Amino acid sequence: MTDARDPSTHSGNDTVVTAASASLAATEPVLLNTEARSQWWDVWDQFRSHKGALIGAGFFILIVALVVLGPYFWPLEATKTNIRSRNQGMSFTHPFGTDQLGRDIFARMIEGGRVSLAVGMAAMLLSLVLGTLIGVLAGYFKRLDGLLMRLTDLFLALPLLPLLLVMVLLFREPLTAVFGVEMGIFILIVSAIGITSWMQTARIVRGDVLALKEREFVLAARSIGTPPRRIITRHILPNVLSPIMVSATLGIATAIITESALSFLGLGFPPDFPTWGRLLNDGVPYLQQYPERVFWPGLAISLVVLSINYVGDGLRDALDPRIRGR
Amino acid sequence: MLTFTIRRLFFAIPTLLFIALAIFLLLELAPGDPMANVPLTVPDEVKEQMRQALGLNEPAPVRFLLWIRQFFWVEPLNVFDHMFGTTFAEGELRIISWQNRAPVFIAIAERIPQTLWVVGTAYVVAILIAIPVGIYSAYKQYSIFDQAGTFVTMVGFSVPPFFSGVLVIVIFAVQLQWFPSIYDTRHAVTDWDSFVIQVRQMFLPVMVLALQITSQLSRFMRASMLDNLNQDYVRTARAKGLKETAVVLVHVLRNSMIPVVTVIALGIPAIFGGAIITEQVFKVNGIGQLLITAIQANDLPMVQTLTFIFAVLIVLFNLIADVLYGILDPRIRYD
Repeated sequence: MTDARDPSTHSGNDTVVTAASASLAATEPVLLNTEARSQWWDVWDQFRSHKGALIGAGFFILIVALVVLGPYFWPLEATKTNIRSRNQGMSFTHPFGTDQLGRDIFARMIEGGRVSLAVGMAAMLLSLVLGTLIGVLAGYFKRLDGLLMRLTDLFLALPLLPLLLVMVLLFREPLTAVFGVEMGIFILIVSAIGITSWMQTARIVRGDVLALKEREFVLAARSIGTPPRRIITRHILPNVLSPIMVSATLGIATAIITESALSFLGLGFPPDFPTWGRLLNDGVPYLQQYPERVFWPGLAISLVVLSINYVGDGLRDALDPRIRGR
Repeated sequence: MLTFTIRRLFFAIPTLLFIALAIFLLLELAPGDPMANVPLTVPDEVKEQMRQALGLNEPAPVRFLLWIRQFFWVEPLNVFDHMFGTTFAEGELRIISWQNRAPVFIAIAERIPQTLWVVGTAYVVAILIAIPVGIYSAYKQYSIFDQAGTFVTMVGFSVPPFFSGVLVIVIFAVQLQWFPSIYDTRHAVTDWDSFVIQVRQMFLPVMVLALQITSQLSRFMRASMLDNLNQDYVRTARAKGLKETAVVLVHVLRNSMIPVVTVIALGIPAIFGGAIITEQVFKVNGIGQLLITAIQANDLPMVQTLTFIFAVLIVLFNLIADVLYGILDPRIRYD
């Protein structure tokens, strides 16, 4: 795997290719075939060499596929109670057993995974949009810089978990009244996590934008009269994509943990609505008799977060041009 | 350095006021009413008087200023009175909890020791483990020890405390029965035997918390050591013929500790803030648990005061970390 990145073989390939294309069409520019390789292939090559990241990505895709496609293949329902088959152990009909109301835990895990992952991704998107917006505005427009960075510092000084709990407590009733129980809580938790986790992204993006703003290509774009909005979307944003991608992966991980923590503290989704954190919370009273009920959701959360963290680690290496190709 | 410190202190005041305002406004929206559990037989005039006594009829800005005055003036006066037996604060209305109608700060003072003991011990244990681990894995980068250390820190990052806590309860308290699963806060240490019991009941929560803190700190320590190990002054020290232990443990370590010390300082508010989730798992009745019960009981003065105390601590230790960084690293003097 490592020899793909070895500079000697790389340049060897290039000379072969250029020689071949030169002999085919001597009048054509020499770069004909080598140009097809975009930088994303280099990124992929570097990413592939990080074993943990590769396994993590594979595992994460597997889990996503399982929770998305699971309900179509798994015949049992997550909310259907069956008093006669309650508290069962592992079997072929119930691979993870059943709970105190006879609900199939495997089906509940699939359903819970859907909610947990959906919350994680939606909250990550929100915090990414907020963070990128504030970071780019602060970095690009000098007038806004002081104000927005003070705001970021303020948010960093807030005690986040207590505030999250308070926010959930306060806005649960009004939002459920407007959007219904499930949608209301979903919107509440996603926005609460999103608003309290954009600060790191904003800081990183601002730093990068500050450096990019002074580069020649931005100067060139400005000198031909490109409006700031265009410069940002065309020249700045594509160049800050890599830190944004890294914070996106880490953002999913933190959002999943935060949602589970809220559910665990009893301030997340309502009891009959399974998420991984909620399932874990439900399993705690039966800890002595049926420890596996706590084990499966906990393991799912931990493994998903672990795999995402490894992907983030690999992405950081792969997207860093100083490490790439070494 | 002194002017920088003073400037930062002045900047901290508007920050704190703004945070206080944000918390106050957030809670303004709350549906909770302290008169909700007053019996229906109480006549309306009496209820009105009670409202007035609680200051509920004032407009929001007045109540905000009153709360700020109570927080920064009346409560410190009470502490002063308590310490020196004076009566400066007599007749002043303190911040009263809606739950038990007692001053909020008395409840907080009761809970602080438990939190400090458990979370503080975990922090110390984590620092003692993380620093050697970080040093060794940086020194032997990509060795088996380093790889294993990286894996353990990744796991420590990823396993949330409400799972690791429950897991260690199942393993060590239910299956092996080595340690109790619930922290008994009424346990008083009087002699050696009761001390052993105290250590045993602290073991599991401290272990869970320490794993988490160690993962963060040792990663930071490793990165900081790696930054310094390739510097020119290290080569110079080796070229002079210094012993390897002297190079690593004196030259490199002292420079690597600078950012780590500030990170440690930044983590201290979390000790006071309590590990909300870990306290909940092990039933430690510390600050974090106080906050959770207050939130569930809609006890707004308590929630308001606790959240603001956390914010004050965060701002304070940010300031300390900044000043510390400047003192330890003369290259980063701000003035």
